[in-house]
Amino acid sequence: MTAIPLGVPRRLVEFTIDGKEARVPEGSTVLDACRAAGKDIPTLCHGDTLTPKNACRVCVVEVEGSRTLVPACSRKAEPGMTVHTDTERARHSRKVVLELLASSVDLSTTPQVAGWIKEYEAKPDRFGPEAARLNEAPKIDNDLYVRDYDKCILCYKCVDACGDQWQNTFAISVAGRGFDARIAVEHDAPLTDSACVYCGNCIEVCPTGALSFKSEFDMRAAGTWDESQQTETTTVCAYCGVGCNLTLHVQDNEIVKVTSPHDNPVTHGNLCIKGRFGYQHVQNRG
Amino acid sequence: MDLHFGDSKPTDDERAAVDALLGPPESSWEGADRSDADLRWARGGREARDRRDLLLPGLHAINDRVGWISEGALDYLCRRLTVPPAEAYGVATFYAMFSVKPRPATVLHVCTDLACAAAGAQELCAGIEARVAAGVHVERSPCLGLCERAPAALAIRAGDPVRTAVSAPATVDAAVLAATAPDSAPEEPPAVMAVSQAGSDDLVLLRRVGVVDPLSLDDYRAHGGYTALRRAFELGPAGVIREVTDSGLVGRGGAAFPTGRKWQATASQPDHPHYVVCNADESEPGTFKDRVLMEGDPYALIESMTIAAYATGAHQGYLYLRGEYPRALHRLEHAIAQARARGLLGDDILGQGYAFDIGIRRGAGAYICGEETALFNSIEGYRGEPRSKPPFPVEKGLFGKPTVENNVETLVNVLPILTMGAPAYAAIGTAKSTGPKLFCVSGSVDRPGIYELPFGATLGELLELAGVREGLRAVLLGGAAGGFVRPDERDIPLTFEGTREAGTTLGSGVVMAFDDTVPLPRLLLRIAEFFRDESCGQCVPCRVGTVRQEEALHRIVERTGAAAADDIALLREVGRAMRDASICGLGQTAWNAVESAIDRLGAYE
Amino acid sequence: MRKREPKTYTRLTHPLVRDSRDEPFRPASWDEALDRAARGLQRNRDAFGMFSCARATNEMNYVAQKFARVVMGTNNVDSCNRTCHAPSVAGLSAAFGSGGGTSSYEEIEHTDVIVMWGSNARFAHPIFFQHVLKGIRNGARMYAVDPRRTSTAEWAESWLGLNVGTDIPMAHAIGREIIHAGLANEAFIERATTGFEEYKALVEPWTLSLAEKVTGVPAAAIKDLAHAYARAERAQLCWTLGITEHHNGTDNVRALINLSLLTGHVGRYGAGLQPLRGQNNVQGGGDMGAIPNRLPGFQDILDPDIRLKFESAWDTVIQPHYGLNLTEMFEAMEEGTLRAVYCIGENPAQSEADSEQAVRRLKALDFLVVQDIFLTKTAELADVVLPATAGWAETDGTTTNSERRVQRVRKAVTPPGEAREDIDIICDLAARLGHDWKYADAEAVWNELRSVSPDHYGMTYHRLEEHQGIQWPCPSTDRLEPTYLHGRLWETDPAKRGRLAPFGLVQHDPPVDLTDDQYPIRLTTGRRLDSYNTGVQSGSFASPLRRGEYVELCPEDAERYGVVVGEEVQVTSRRGSVVAPVWIDPALRPGLAFMTMHFPDEVDTNQLTIEANCPIAGTAEFKASAIRIEKLPVATIVR
Repeated sequence: MTAIPLGVPRRLVEFTIDGKEARVPEGSTVLDACRAAGKDIPTLCHGDTLTPKNACRVCVVEVEGSRTLVPACSRKAEPGMTVHTDTERARHSRKVVLELLASSVDLSTTPQVAGWIKEYEAKPDRFGPEAARLNEAPKIDNDLYVRDYDKCILCYKCVDACGDQWQNTFAISVAGRGFDARIAVEHDAPLTDSACVYCGNCIEVCPTGALSFKSEFDMRAAGTWDESQQTETTTVCAYCGVGCNLTLHVQDNEIVKVTSPHDNPVTHGNLCIKGRFGYQHVQNRG
Repeated sequence: MDLHFGDSKPTDDERAAVDALLGPPESSWEGADRSDADLRWARGGREARDRRDLLLPGLHAINDRVGWISEGALDYLCRRLTVPPAEAYGVATFYAMFSVKPRPATVLHVCTDLACAAAGAQELCAGIEARVAAGVHVERSPCLGLCERAPAALAIRAGDPVRTAVSAPATVDAAVLAATAPDSAPEEPPAVMAVSQAGSDDLVLLRRVGVVDPLSLDDYRAHGGYTALRRAFELGPAGVIREVTDSGLVGRGGAAFPTGRKWQATASQPDHPHYVVCNADESEPGTFKDRVLMEGDPYALIESMTIAAYATGAHQGYLYLRGEYPRALHRLEHAIAQARARGLLGDDILGQGYAFDIGIRRGAGAYICGEETALFNSIEGYRGEPRSKPPFPVEKGLFGKPTVENNVETLVNVLPILTMGAPAYAAIGTAKSTGPKLFCVSGSVDRPGIYELPFGATLGELLELAGVREGLRAVLLGGAAGGFVRPDERDIPLTFEGTREAGTTLGSGVVMAFDDTVPLPRLLLRIAEFFRDESCGQCVPCRVGTVRQEEALHRIVERTGAAAADDIALLREVGRAMRDASICGLGQTAWNAVESAIDRLGAYE
Repeated sequence: MRKREPKTYTRLTHPLVRDSRDEPFRPASWDEALDRAARGLQRNRDAFGMFSCARATNEMNYVAQKFARVVMGTNNVDSCNRTCHAPSVAGLSAAFGSGGGTSSYEEIEHTDVIVMWGSNARFAHPIFFQHVLKGIRNGARMYAVDPRRTSTAEWAESWLGLNVGTDIPMAHAIGREIIHAGLANEAFIERATTGFEEYKALVEPWTLSLAEKVTGVPAAAIKDLAHAYARAERAQLCWTLGITEHHNGTDNVRALINLSLLTGHVGRYGAGLQPLRGQNNVQGGGDMGAIPNRLPGFQDILDPDIRLKFESAWDTVIQPHYGLNLTEMFEAMEEGTLRAVYCIGENPAQSEADSEQAVRRLKALDFLVVQDIFLTKTAELADVVLPATAGWAETDGTTTNSERRVQRVRKAVTPPGEAREDIDIICDLAARLGHDWKYADAEAVWNELRSVSPDHYGMTYHRLEEHQGIQWPCPSTDRLEPTYLHGRLWETDPAKRGRLAPFGLVQHDPPVDLTDDQYPIRLTTGRRLDSYNTGVQSGSFASPLRRGEYVELCPEDAERYGVVVGEEVQVTSRRGSVVAPVWIDPALRPGLAFMTMHFPDEVDTNQLTIEANCPIAGTAEFKASAIRIEKLPVATIVR
């Protein structure tokens, strides 16, 4: 009789963070270790269900012996490593990264970023009124979700979720280069001409609100979106036998958004079009 | 894969271009006519998905044939290779030489980079644009690697086959002729024209350039070719690595990493297969030495790659060549074919039972692909975005496998190391910088070109050799990613340690001399534009930082002193974050030249 | 050009009643409606059937079957699992004594070979398919057996496009090839199975070349699949309705199970059999006893000890024989022996094969009470309509998914108007019929179920929350069982090994509805990504992918009939005829057409399908009808 694999046993790695000993399982990142030690390091492009892309560089820390700063989100802890999370050098880079982002992208719906801008004394305005911005108009080409790329920090998470890490639909990619790089479907076509299957798994991972349910987008526009008035209830989808867990976000007895727990063994945070968007029939209340 | 394709269909030309590369489609699922057999059994899966590395050659095939990449052509290529169209579109739009919008079949790339700008590229461009007909698209280009003949232009006319013509030094007439009639444009002067030392007995790396017929394997052999490979087989892989290690050879691409250590690290990886990659994506503004080597002595590169592969246990090599080097491409294609025909590449090299072959991959206009991991992504058919390190290429490189990647100049140094022996080689140059070094001298000198000197010569000696002109204002060492030094710093020894001590860098060996004719702020702005254009966009410090840097330099282009102080402070802060927090060398060095100009030359004072 | 919009349904907010079927409904109070329902059921006590709901919670299904057995004294309780996966349950229980899939989603990420047979999971079970994709990315090789080259099949190493209804020849040929190539796991066969010699003789005629003739798939492809499956260290065999919705669905399932017995690909981590269930609680409905032959916990009604346990728990007498299944209940309506139906959350007027016949039979009932959230086509036929809650969003409870994982369902929104929870309504009705059940909440129902079902005993609500669901069996409150079933088959001790798994000795039997000159096209059916069943739920959201119902043809057939995309054609079977626009799909081949049942208000596909039922499980042959296509005299294009 075959035993159930218990997972490969992992060794522990010992190193120091800010002068304190840290022990984490081999393969853990510096960020994992910092979080385990209760240290808060800002992250934007890091996703708990995705391979670190380390594109935003807001999580950089100083590692002794390294010429440059290193991204905590992707750098694996190594034995004997000495990490400093809060040096002037690391803080300077975080501050400038926040300034660069805030001066070019609309961060108004990015959770936590206002607090970091304050904490790091970032001044996005100092690049002047002429500083180049994305200046993208929201793309509303379907009734389910909106792509407001003026809020896109190009973290690649949507591309990774749509691509080989989860959905394997590959509807979107980064196109162009440099400051002109953008998330696009082939030939910059509307979503409705693309491979998109409207699973909304890109919305699930978007850290800035660039991708949002049409319901959320419309309510924000109307000024009625109020997360303090919302409940979140996890239940099971009714559309097939797979048993995906849905977290229903409800405001005024209306489902306004659907997510899925990222640690759920069935979904890992992913849903299909029916689970994510197919709730309207419940609230056709006449 | 359940890929989604639009309704656009390829033209016959586009289909033929792709089929010429990949062969005809094997089933209707790949684009052939539907057959009964197809509708009963389809194979695919892993094998179909494993052909992604043919995406870049496929895009070239279409672009070469038609001049741009249409929706139908891209979809057809994707169908053939099982690549998602969105991703292929992301790749196609990454490279400057490709267009996904219709454009004329002929594109004339006019270099507006540093050396050419100093040689009047702006006026040249204006003149060409006023003259050229509708059938030609004029593209302002970053450095074309023809700095010794600045200003330069490269015409590419799509068709079967694609035609190219180089005009350098370019006049309006010559450039327009190259674009409108590439076949009747005058032959480009031979590579040796860039080597004023040609024929000298002192030369080691350049000794065959201008001496041998670059098309002739026999001629190469008659001048010592393939003796190093024989020696390598005598020594065995470990022996070769020992020689290279003992020679003190370090990488010539700019990072100066010990080559022997890199080879040893790759050779000892238990994971297989191993790969050898030659980085011939010579794109640093002001650099053209690899082009001269590849055009003038192509077999030397083939032989040295074979040795590197033998030493590190690789059986497949890739030569990633700049897309803007058509002549080098032809020479190398020819050399590889000849080497295969003579059993110097293939299953049983020199009858030693050792197998190795080389595939050429053309870049398509992206400076970032000179970064070693971006280059891997480019070969693999992804956007040429750098990967984060660690893991390092020796452990996880091309296709995730242990890979040794060396620059062209580094590789060809292996030949003299093996033929003269490590001790003799190490005796050349200084204790810490051994061997000969190639320098690319351009700008305000009488004899621009490639110079081979032993490490240790001073900047002044090199400038004398090249005939530096009066009125020297500044010298840029190492290209756009390097730094400026003052005219009075001629004593700087041209070694890695010497330049480091002087607070500057040797980089890839660029030595660009500037006089007063071009204002320094304009040069700095051109450098900033270069980095903004070439940033891949992956990480925030570089993607936005290079834009903010360029904006600030624009603001102060006519300002000095207190009027520039705020922006200079801003530049310093952004520059520091770019250097510290960018993923790769591009962002990390994007502020170097500007910083050195401010601190060393007193720009904006 | 005509524009089509899917019908959208509005929630029921008040009970509806009427005195005669000729009258329109009028709103009524709950008291009136329930009284009428009680009277209608009371007078048909000996001719009653319960249609329970495969989409409602386990708790509701438990109470519904208890209502049938205790209040109405009958085992006539069933649900729409009959229309889809009953053959899987029947086949698996015949082989292994238990009707669930044998492995877990996570295992498919760590297997070596995956066979997707008659399953377009990419569309029908997208999140399950993500686990398959993880497996593929981890190096597993996937094989797809399907008449159409579906999105699922496009991911396969090898797609085998067999003729509809030739699954048994394919499976038998694979079995024969495995035996002849010496790849059968003889130790496992010897230890854990019975009937191998008979099986060997049974498959012996099915040479690769004969299979090629019958299935249409090249012999080399079949051989390749046989070898890949047999040689794999771990292999998973997954199927969906392409296997079960046939007149011999249970035989099809048995033929697939045989392959796992032959190779030992069952009862181990990463090696197993996985039927993908179509509805959120079709597994749980059966587990809860909402089927005519099993009591809660999948316990056999014919076992007197089991009956005794329930009789004492419920203080009742349980009929010592199986009840009628859904299909048989419909037949009993025809005969007049079934005169009252309590239909909860089902829409048989549109979901049954040969829907015209189903509607006629429902109309002939003496009394029909429908409990639903919408006024469905079935509800429109009722005497009393009771407005219920949406199980997944408006009630508390649990459901059980395809990997036997029991998960908590929670109330997130308040139901509209006077709509009430199913359990509440059933209990109220039970009280009017003399049974005063007191359940404080869903958890109380669940705890009663736990007390009678050993497989569920260990699953307290607290533990379900803690583990994000628990897979059955879970007999203990302090332990979790392996993620796969039937590890016992690998035990060396015969006592621990238990009942050996018999090979299924099943014969090929082609589809009932034969193609001929009159009906030359084989029509098969399936699901689309953004739609669900009869479209009552999925029609309401604005899916950019939805394009309504089409009859999908291959390019060659479209050209032959001279029709273009969007052009309406007459589609006719031996039972009925519909008008549907044409879609062209290169995944089809000449002579093969495809439709869904998602838009019955637009195109009632089930007017075409045949009610040729599996004699064991009662599932109809939705997957194989014979049709003809006729171009209309005046071309109309719709979109």
